[in-house]
Amino acid sequence: MRDVPTPLVLLRGGEKVFPPPGPSGRPVHALGPLDLELRRGEFFAVVGPSGCGKSTLLELIAGLSTASRGEVAFEGRPIRGEIPDGVGVVFQEDASFPWLTVRDNIAFGLKRLPLPADEKTRRIERALAMMGLASFAASYPAQLSGGMRQRVCIARTLVTEPKLILLDEPFGALDQQTRLLMGDEVLNLWRKTGATVFLITHALDEAAMLADRIGVMSARPGRLIDVVETGWPRDRDSRIVEEEAFGAITARLWRSLRAESMKSLGHAGAAA
Amino acid sequence: MTRAATWRTLLLLGAVAALEALCLAGVIDRITMQPPHKILIDLWRLLASGSLNRAIAKTLGNAAAAFAVAMALGVASGLVIHRFRRLRDTLDPLFATYYAIPVFAFYPLLIVLFGLGDAPQIFIGAMLGVVAVIVNTLNGLDRVPRVLLKTARVNRLSPLQTALQVTLPCAAPFILTGAKLAVAYSLIGIIGAEFIMSNGGMGYEISFAYTNFDNATMYPLIVLILLVSITINIVIARWEKRILARRGLA
Repeated sequence: MRDVPTPLVLLRGGEKVFPPPGPSGRPVHALGPLDLELRRGEFFAVVGPSGCGKSTLLELIAGLSTASRGEVAFEGRPIRGEIPDGVGVVFQEDASFPWLTVRDNIAFGLKRLPLPADEKTRRIERALAMMGLASFAASYPAQLSGGMRQRVCIARTLVTEPKLILLDEPFGALDQQTRLLMGDEVLNLWRKTGATVFLITHALDEAAMLADRIGVMSARPGRLIDVVETGWPRDRDSRIVEEEAFGAITARLWRSLRAESMKSLGHAGAAA
Repeated sequence: MTRAATWRTLLLLGAVAALEALCLAGVIDRITMQPPHKILIDLWRLLASGSLNRAIAKTLGNAAAAFAVAMALGVASGLVIHRFRRLRDTLDPLFATYYAIPVFAFYPLLIVLFGLGDAPQIFIGAMLGVVAVIVNTLNGLDRVPRVLLKTARVNRLSPLQTALQVTLPCAAPFILTGAKLAVAYSLIGIIGAEFIMSNGGMGYEISFAYTNFDNATMYPLIVLILLVSITINIVIARWEKRILARRGLA
């Protein structure tokens, strides 16, 4: 399905400049200019040095923030600050609602959708089961671990069956083993739902393991300096890390990123 | 019961027992104070006879109305003020000095504005409580994590839906703190107003009993007001504690 004419998301010369932080400050050029195309059904990951504008890019695509210059289009329609329908976001921070049970948290996204009640219940039950939360449906987020709370947020996004799922370092707070397993779950979901996934991560191995294509961003203002095709089969899981190609992909990502990461740490001559 | 709670109970019981002993021994004379056991008997007698039912109903009804107005106005204003930074900057210092204003001093003006009925009393009770509700609502809204607001936007909620489904539930523990203060302020406002100028209600009855040396009515009414206020406070505090426990904060 990769040759559908309109891409799901199209970014043309997208730029973000934030106003000066104080009266004496200068405007902060956070992102771009940047061109990006998300194909329907693909798994796209973005890696980049910290502070390069990865989250800003995600917010532009989500419609949570407006591009200072350039254009963002979702399904061919330009987005200007309003959230397009069919987009789900899982944030880096814990975004579960502490006053709602796990079940009510997951049901939250469904409230606004005009679906019959039994369809809503069916989706909630399926998400609970898929995310391993079935026996915690009546618990409150405070009773769960950080990883489980993140799964609640993923489930809350999934039940709305978005066409585009944006993941902003959703496993940033988790330990390595849990990250690998969560990666498997995300791959599973991606296969089952047929959604397009856009993942931001700072972990090169995570990007190499999960994505069809990986965008590498420069230091601020972030631009795309490389796009790596992994060529993985659609049916894959975390055992892919044993493949020879995995090491090569990770190495290529690091080659592109090393100089940029040093720049963002303030090593001025590093690019040479 | 924790050790501190045991000591606290003992302290209160000790104070009542000391009062009882001093009254019975005649150190405190009967015109000044009734022994506590007598106050309880009188309270039971008053409630059983029903002679003060109308006064009690009037005071509690007006206090409930003042509380409802303070909560509705306070939470709604809190939401609006929170949305507009400049309004917030303008009003914040006024809120800080608000409780330096003796609202009762304006009572004559309020009578001119609202007449002699219940309205000026409810107004005073509500005005005393509303700022405590606004300040605590703002405090709670300030602490709503930004990521929850982004979640609301991604879910395409309108501003009103965001307030009802995200920000207010998130700020609930702080709003309940405001509610506890509003209960106290409503009762203070209503009973104070009944003292100054009214022809009914518990405040009026207390002041009437006072001028007539009727300790058998005055003290039981004071104790009744205490009981009502403390009971409501305990109920709200329990509720608050349950909410906080759910969030792993208690």
